[in-house]
Amino acid sequence: MSQSSQALGRYQLSQLDSLEAEGIYIMREVAAEFERPVLLFSGGKDSVVMLHLAQKAFAPGPIPFPVMHVDTGHNFPEVIEFRDRRVAEAGVRLIVASVQEQIDAGKVTEPTGRWASRNRLQTAALLEAIEEHNITAAFGGARRDEEKARAKERVFSFRDEFGQWDPKSQRPELWNIFNTRINPGEHIRVFPLSNWTELDIWGYIAREKIELPDIYFAHSRQVFERDGILLADNPYVNRDDSEEVFEATVRYRTVGDMTCTGAVRSTATEIEDVITEIAATRITERGQTRADDRTSEAAMEDRKREGYF
Amino acid sequence: MSTDILRFATAGSVDDGKSTLIGRLLYDSKSIFEDQLDSVERTSRTRGEEQTNLALLTDGLRAEREQGITIDVAYRYFATPRRTFIIADTPGHIQYTRNMVTGASNSDLAVVLVDARKGLQEQSRRHAFLATLLQVPHLVLAINKMDLVDYSQQRFEEIKEEFSAFATKLDVTDLTFIPISALHGDNVVDRSLNMPWYEGPSLLHHLEHVHIASDRNLKDVRFPVQYVIRPHKADDPELHDFRGYAGQVAGGVLKPGDEVMHLPSGLTTHIDAIITADGDVQEAFSPMSVTLRLADDIDISRGDMICRPNNKPHAAQDIDAMLCWMSEGRKLTPRSKLVIKHTTRTAKVMVRDILYRLDVNTLHRDEDVSELVLNEIGRVNLRVTQPLFVDEYQRNRLTGGFILIDEGTNTTVAAGMVTQAN
Ligand SMILES: Nc1nc2c(ncn2[C@@H]2O[C@H](COP(=O)(O)OP(=O)(O)O)[C@@H](O)[C@H]2O)c(=O)[nH]1
Repeated sequence: MSQSSQALGRYQLSQLDSLEAEGIYIMREVAAEFERPVLLFSGGKDSVVMLHLAQKAFAPGPIPFPVMHVDTGHNFPEVIEFRDRRVAEAGVRLIVASVQEQIDAGKVTEPTGRWASRNRLQTAALLEAIEEHNITAAFGGARRDEEKARAKERVFSFRDEFGQWDPKSQRPELWNIFNTRINPGEHIRVFPLSNWTELDIWGYIAREKIELPDIYFAHSRQVFERDGILLADNPYVNRDDSEEVFEATVRYRTVGDMTCTGAVRSTATEIEDVITEIAATRITERGQTRADDRTSEAAMEDRKREGYF
Repeated sequence: MSTDILRFATAGSVDDGKSTLIGRLLYDSKSIFEDQLDSVERTSRTRGEEQTNLALLTDGLRAEREQGITIDVAYRYFATPRRTFIIADTPGHIQYTRNMVTGASNSDLAVVLVDARKGLQEQSRRHAFLATLLQVPHLVLAINKMDLVDYSQQRFEEIKEEFSAFATKLDVTDLTFIPISALHGDNVVDRSLNMPWYEGPSLLHHLEHVHIASDRNLKDVRFPVQYVIRPHKADDPELHDFRGYAGQVAGGVLKPGDEVMHLPSGLTTHIDAIITADGDVQEAFSPMSVTLRLADDIDISRGDMICRPNNKPHAAQDIDAMLCWMSEGRKLTPRSKLVIKHTTRTAKVMVRDILYRLDVNTLHRDEDVSELVLNEIGRVNLRVTQPLFVDEYQRNRLTGGFILIDEGTNTTVAAGMVTQAN
């Protein structure tokens, strides 16, 4: 617990301490009740916080489940390097579900066009890996403050044998009691960060001194602008000649595919600066930096129904 | 950053202004981002509405946006320099009871909205009753649309009196009345100049200042064992024999050196240390997640309970409880066999008897009852295959609450609150 909680009354927890206690409780509940859980780890800040919570939940023992990354093949190289290092430090096994392999095997088709992105293909790779490894529970880093379809999703979110989410038949969640029962072939997505906001995540990263991939902090990068989003110039994106590349000082607010994750202009090189910027920003992180959520009003909801994160 | 969290549920009949109120709280606390507002403005315009409909901010799923209704509990977040808030936004349509019970189960406070023009409705009584059934410690009756009754003190007092009379039948510990206009913002964030006769706090001020630290049970030590940590590190002398009992404190204050009792064995030992990943702590209380090391080697597993020798929960197989039935597909009938999950323990259970059904509008008890259907509440008698370590729900929400699961469909079919156990 942080020293700052001293400012609160006796027997009161600060919001970060309450959220941490809840997250740890959820992780232990999963480890106790599911045979083959996995933690979805992308190297993005939310999944980094999840991994940190998992280390805390089972200390001094090791994390009793592997982590899994759905690799589109279009990730930032800095993030992949970070992923491998962090996984080694935590002493957990990494399962990589590869979108490239799915494409090579002809199971999915590479999208084409201006906004072509492998983002949506992640669903197929994820579901196949869940099936192949017989996964019964998968921790995801989604937060309810992120997006409106997520505001209604349960902490323990049931998926049928097709991996689908049915928002109309969700299990009610009461007190801190979670219904973990499933039949073979079904699984549960578990969201231990459901009640965290973006600022809570950053506040916690600062407090716990959690390491993040460098791209979350201001750096200089070759970018171009498309529909108001700053995209990194990279080999996977179809850029036309009118889209001019220039150098800018940017950082990332979310970390996804290079093809659809936008950067924000920023000079924040330290975590405190990032927090100051985030506290002042008036645009949601997904709205500002994720092209995948802009396709329609209900983009996230549609993807979630299919089995997306 | 050192603020605490207040979780509250909002309830109201359709059109009482719940979405407008939440939209205003989010908007005035600057929790709405520009792109969210843009999208709401766009949707308002396509629908041909004149004003930006703040209610749209809280309508999440496509089906709901299309039908213009809210169908499930949704959670919203906002913060002020004093507190962080989590709103369980419980919709006022069909499924109401189920949603409200779900939202209220974790809440420190409930806001029940009443339309000042219409006064107390059957639904307002029901919402207030459900909040007290779930033992939500603080209840706020927000009398909304005061602008439409000329900010009349008399109207406010009438509703307040009528509700106070009704409230004597309920188990209310802390009740506050606030006259507001969600649409215009009166008494939502700032005290309203339109109602100088009102001397109480604004709604937000009340939410920021209501005292909740003592609402959790700090008297009865209850530590449901959730997970046993055994690192199995043969080569590490420190950890070779390590065995820690991990869990979230459900009641009382635990300290190193305390004498504790393990249930079901009844064996006593001492707490050696209370461990967290950040080092040992000198005390643990709800809702902290910690790991206990005990002085003696006792066979302890998930589902067991650690308490104090002179203050034990009931080890009960026969339990009387209030049930809220939540299944669409199945009815509850006597002799129904189900699965019960209580703290970290799961067992089989049979419903012996339905004692009565409670009319949530009139609080009338109907003893001539043979079944409970969706959204009905009743008192039942249960027989569990193995002892559960329970307290009366009134004493502790975490050790008095449980869920029932249908083994065929794996769905959660009921929420239960222990009234009596032996
Ligand atoms: N005059 C007035 N109208 C209000 C007030 N609060 C809400 N309304 C209006 O009442 C209608 C229903 O409100 P809404 O928030 O959608 O109700 P809900 O069904 O409880 O979520 C809308 O047209 C609102 O603009 C208020 O304080 N004063």
